Amino acid sequence: MAKGPTRRTFLTSALAGAAAAGGVRAQTPDPAIVELQPWMQALGEGVDARPYGVPSEHEAHVVRRNVDWLTADPVSSVNFTPLHELDGIITPNGLCFERHHAGIAEIDPAEHRLMINGLVDTPLVFTMEDLKRFPRENRIYFLECAANTGMEWRGAQLNGCQYTHGMIHNVMYTGIPLRLILEEAGLKGSAAWILPEGADASAMTRSIPLEKALDDCMVAFKMNGEALRPEQGYPLRLVVPGWEGNMWVKWLRRIEVGDQPWHHREETSKYTDLLSNGEARRFTWEMDAKSVITSPSPQAPITHGPGPTVITGIAWSGRGTVPRVDVSLDGGANWVEGRIDGPSLPKSVHRFYHEFDWDGRPLLLQSRAHDSTGYVQPTKHALREIRGAESIYHNNGIQTWAVNEKGEAENVEVS
Amino acid sequence: MLRCLSLALVLAAPASAETLGLGRPALPEEIAAWDIDVRPDGAGLPEGSGDVLTGEEIYLDLCSTCHGAFGEGAGRWPVLMGGFGTLDGTRPVKTVGSYWPYLSTVWDYVHRAMPFGDAQSLTADEVYALTAYLLYLNDLVPDDFVLDRANLAETPLPNEDGFFLDDREEVELPLFSGEACMTDCKENVGITMRAAVLDVTPEDQEAREARGEAAAAADQGNPNLAAAARDIEPSDAEGSLTMVGADPELVALGEALFRQCRACHEVGEGADNRVGPHLNGVIGRVAGGVDDYRYSSAMANAGEAGLVWDAVSLHDFLADPRGYMTGTKMAFRGMQSEEDIDAMIAYLGSIDG
Repeated sequence: MAKGPTRRTFLTSALAGAAAAGGVRAQTPDPAIVELQPWMQALGEGVDARPYGVPSEHEAHVVRRNVDWLTADPVSSVNFTPLHELDGIITPNGLCFERHHAGIAEIDPAEHRLMINGLVDTPLVFTMEDLKRFPRENRIYFLECAANTGMEWRGAQLNGCQYTHGMIHNVMYTGIPLRLILEEAGLKGSAAWILPEGADASAMTRSIPLEKALDDCMVAFKMNGEALRPEQGYPLRLVVPGWEGNMWVKWLRRIEVGDQPWHHREETSKYTDLLSNGEARRFTWEMDAKSVITSPSPQAPITHGPGPTVITGIAWSGRGTVPRVDVSLDGGANWVEGRIDGPSLPKSVHRFYHEFDWDGRPLLLQSRAHDSTGYVQPTKHALREIRGAESIYHNNGIQTWAVNEKGEAENVEVS
Repeated sequence: MLRCLSLALVLAAPASAETLGLGRPALPEEIAAWDIDVRPDGAGLPEGSGDVLTGEEIYLDLCSTCHGAFGEGAGRWPVLMGGFGTLDGTRPVKTVGSYWPYLSTVWDYVHRAMPFGDAQSLTADEVYALTAYLLYLNDLVPDDFVLDRANLAETPLPNEDGFFLDDREEVELPLFSGEACMTDCKENVGITMRAAVLDVTPEDQEAREARGEAAAAADQGNPNLAAAARDIEPSDAEGSLTMVGADPELVALGEALFRQCRACHEVGEGADNRVGPHLNGVIGRVAGGVDDYRYSSAMANAGEAGLVWDAVSLHDFLADPRGYMTGTKMAFRGMQSEEDIDAMIAYLGSIDG
């Protein structure tokens, strides 16, 4: 399925590239080589200078960004993962998009508690120390906000995959299967739902069916090996694999067990999908299969001119793995299978590539994910046929980037 | 075989036999403190009641600056009333009246998360009153309506039946599954819409450079300090009350602490009135002195009586707002640390009017 570029195609591309570049020979020696650079001569900082490392100063533009006009206030808002600058499948902790409803709660882990109450034999309280005595597991999952790509329902709006698709991150969680914690309290026979609750000033709550809670939910305290970042729920968050990000309650302080859903604000007023007939879907938890080309894209144009060119992007599905991603260079008229590289894990981001020899003509780039259930990522047009353009959430339509002769990319929609 | 059987017996044993004995039983008081959730059937509601007119008073004091005097919403803050008949149109207005399915959700949310930045500060009676007022704003009850624990679950909202369970599995999955076309899938491909036409992407070279500088400054040390240092303009020595040469570290601490005020107050260039008045040049300002802000009568009277905000008066106000000024609208319980108060005053003093 994941075919690498053959030696033959690679050689052909390389030759074409050399030809397109005119077989340029350097006329004068490259100063980067013949001049002594400061870092070649002077001593650098020692091991005490950066006890917690940060990226090179030349990467200072690789940051999460906000869209000011989206929300009333940055403490109840969202910023976006710079997908166009990333590769592989793991999102670095400092670049994982943030969504808060009352700002970042700054919690002393010594003062943090997790309570289990409701339809259990014994309501329990755990300290962080208690929780770290449970058996742990490590799992890589994507977390996608249900509103990711939500600004694009009425048409192409934002120029950059950071803004159109950046409400997603993919990290390895270390934590406890939620099942073990619930069993510790003992579930009563009538138990059917749980209500996780956050310790922030929004006291975020969502109703989750017990079946999901016992299946693959986790109570996590580490991401990518280190403690959760404060903005990701330090010291404790819920992990709800494959389901919309709002349910992954951060700063998790309590889980109530009940026999009915609670119909709280975030599952009625918000995170319900209004269709064009005025009725709304509720409990749309699973994230449909989706993909996007991250480079080239509006924030990551082709700068090298015609010749060997790498297209790359990410794909994911809330229902399983993504065994295949197709790539189109002509707006969906013709497709080729992209090459998936790196781990293919259920409910995790997959990385795909398509290497080709660009002739310098305009492109209409698209990608199309196929998940392990046989579902194929639909066009935006096909989604609007069913849902209209006002449902805000769960927009997983195919994205198009128009690349011009100069290699600049723009967010467009095509017929 | 016997070995297998005994293994099966172990696996089938009740969960209680397999618990690790971690954690401790939660006390009833602890559960009562945290278990505040309310369901559509009224489960979880505390005793209490509130009427429309009481709700209106609380609303005007604590809610109207964001949500508008009539629930129409200020700026991008949520609209709370109206929107009836818009859900199937091109610009649906989803409010408590037009969209929310259950009144219990209003009670639960206002109680757990409002007022924004001062969560869980309202009494049960106040939440009943506010919920009653929101019904009134949506023309769903008369102005003498009283909401209480008993009648809340019996008060339906108009859009209760406007929701149905996720049906993607039946409606969409079959349609979107199967063979995908690979060649000659379309005859013509044309661009039908361009994002550049809208031009709403928050991206420009200047902003990128500014971010680069900020990041570089942050690398030099405390990012708050770097940010604060940029904000401090060379002071004009005329205003004797401005904090000329305030300790930059104190200013930086104040800036960080100001986060808790930002939900209601703006400072800096273009600062506007929000839940509270803008605070540009507040040091040296007469109390109640921002012309177009609707102050409490307590604050307006204090200004008329000659109160001016200086390091002393502001210190006392920040330490205990409602103790210092009975009747102030400021829903903030006050700052306990002397250093924090000094830092806040230093920060506010660093911002000119």
